[in-house]
Amino acid sequence: MANSRIARRFAELRAKNEPALVAYVTAGDPTLDATVGIVAALERGGADVIELGVPFSDPIADGPVIMKGAERALAAGASLRGVLDCAARIRAVSDIPILLFSYLNPLMRYGFAKLAADAHAAGVDGVLMTDVSVEEAEPYVASMRDAGLDTVFLAAPTSTPERLALVGRFSSGFVYLVSRTGVTGVRDQVSSQALPLVERMREHTSLPLAVGFGIAKAADAEAVGRLADGVVVGSAFVKLIEAHAGTPELEPRIEALARELKNGAMRSRMTAQA
Amino acid sequence: MTITSQPDAGGHFGPYGGRFVPEVLMAPLEELEHAYAEARKDPAFHAELASLMKNYAGRPTALWRARRLSEHLGGADIYIKREDLLHTGAHKINNCLGQILLAKRMGKTRVIAETGAGQHGVATATVCALFGLDCTVYMGEEDMRRQRLNVFRMRLLGAKVVGVTYGSRTLKDAISEAMRDWVTNIEHTHYLLGSALGAHPYPLMVRDFHSVIGIEARAQMLEAAGRLPDTVIACVGGGSNAIGMFHAFVGDAGVALIGVEAGGRNLTLGEHAARFAGGSPGVLQGCYSYVLQNADGQIALTHSISAGLDYAMIGPEHANLADLGRASYVNCSDADALNAAMMLSRMEGIIPALESSHAVAEAIRRAPSEKGKVILVNLSGRGDKDIDIYRENLKELDGQ
Repeated sequence: MANSRIARRFAELRAKNEPALVAYVTAGDPTLDATVGIVAALERGGADVIELGVPFSDPIADGPVIMKGAERALAAGASLRGVLDCAARIRAVSDIPILLFSYLNPLMRYGFAKLAADAHAAGVDGVLMTDVSVEEAEPYVASMRDAGLDTVFLAAPTSTPERLALVGRFSSGFVYLVSRTGVTGVRDQVSSQALPLVERMREHTSLPLAVGFGIAKAADAEAVGRLADGVVVGSAFVKLIEAHAGTPELEPRIEALARELKNGAMRSRMTAQA
Repeated sequence: MTITSQPDAGGHFGPYGGRFVPEVLMAPLEELEHAYAEARKDPAFHAELASLMKNYAGRPTALWRARRLSEHLGGADIYIKREDLLHTGAHKINNCLGQILLAKRMGKTRVIAETGAGQHGVATATVCALFGLDCTVYMGEEDMRRQRLNVFRMRLLGAKVVGVTYGSRTLKDAISEAMRDWVTNIEHTHYLLGSALGAHPYPLMVRDFHSVIGIEARAQMLEAAGRLPDTVIACVGGGSNAIGMFHAFVGDAGVALIGVEAGGRNLTLGEHAARFAGGSPGVLQGCYSYVLQNADGQIALTHSISAGLDYAMIGPEHANLADLGRASYVNCSDADALNAAMMLSRMEGIIPALESSHAVAEAIRRAPSEKGKVILVNLSGRGDKDIDIYRENLKELDGQ
């Protein structure tokens, strides 16, 4: 979607030579009400795009941090309908791009056409499904595009050139590059697999590229900011939610981490210019 | 009607199956698919596998005519395919031998697996010991408690058994954890999936390695009874023993194929694992098939007295056979499975695994009204691993 909220945001940032901070939180962790406040804190701290996670009972791609976040959200009663309502509440007060981040089954159960219509109505801008390969993607992509929603796909260090071409073809908004093999979660340093993947993906698309998996600190964000158009951070935020949910400290800490990460990412461009 | 047993290039049986995994896993699945396609064409692979099946696992397994049980029930003539006599005590070794040869062909040095009842874990640990490969088995903590004997057997065989402490702490969670390990260690690790489930090519490959069950049984029936059975019965968790048994009979229009799911305590969601009693098509752990889920698309918890049937999804080829009307699926309660185990033990001197007892129970239910008919039951495993559960449920025997 050339003129989507996601595309516009990346274009604005590119014009300013600024890397995007893409922040993931599981909707409904610890409650859907709390998520609205957490997203506002992320935006105040400098997040440019929100990945709103739909909790799922069997998150095979996630490490323990996000897995537990999904368990908390489901225990608190989060449903896909509730997540969409949460997106609408965010949209009522903010223009920040929202990407629904989900496993396939809850969306399939809801129905793709209905989801596309309801997500669009709620102010959601795009959808990413972790367990939908490009081979199985066509009906889903068609439904989302019909409703004006972006479809973001994952590319991995293990993806063949043929698959990267399909990822480029089916993606809109941006492409999410998985920096390394493994599940989501904080790691000590940015993977050496990230740069070659960025270079290989560039051959297949002019879309913005965001790199995620294992990024938690300002120095990581700076390293990724040198390579890519965006930095995706998830588990580090969910860890803060786990530690501070229900306390007045949560939102200030979320905001502070977002600011630290955004500033880290920005440093990559300053050093590049110096 | 001709029913093709070959999935399409994307691994679909009818609409079911496919490959729904994170992008990182697409490469190892493609590697496995190609390795298997090459092996399938290689006579040396088939020769090595056949030799292991015969000399190591103990194939062919016997076909036993259960005369006392049949006479007691006063109806159909019941035959039992004795997969319980295989090395390690269940059909699972068939698939493990096939996949360990593939792992070797791919140059993998480490094998991971999930296990529910522990039979697949024991079979995996066994073939890893045989070929000297490093072995890690994921098992839900609830299943480790229920199947303590098999946990120890795996450790004795040199495998590392890792308990899974979240979710229902059963088979489903063990598969998720194995997938997380695989996604992290794809280069040197083969995921030796133990049922006809998951992403393509597993449902096809696991089916093929178990198809020897039906091929032997069909020939043995013709020899022993001079005819094909009227009905073939097998228990279905993911469905590997059942699909292995059914495969040879799919083209025999006169043979009814009956899969028996775990009816658990009752048919309220969460109390059973009967996917055709309340399930609907969905995606779980790489595969599109019938799955027990709630209205929001969250996968339901399941219950069965038998850990090996305690899983929310049925294999995709079964879903297709059900849609086509070629196989039908019924369920059997925990209580009926226990009674069937007792009856088979007392009538035939064969103590069945709790999983297999579900198939036996369906034969017991049908036989009285099917005089003159022949029923073939796949006895997928033996009951040694279940002795603790039998003791808990049949306390009166301890006091005798």
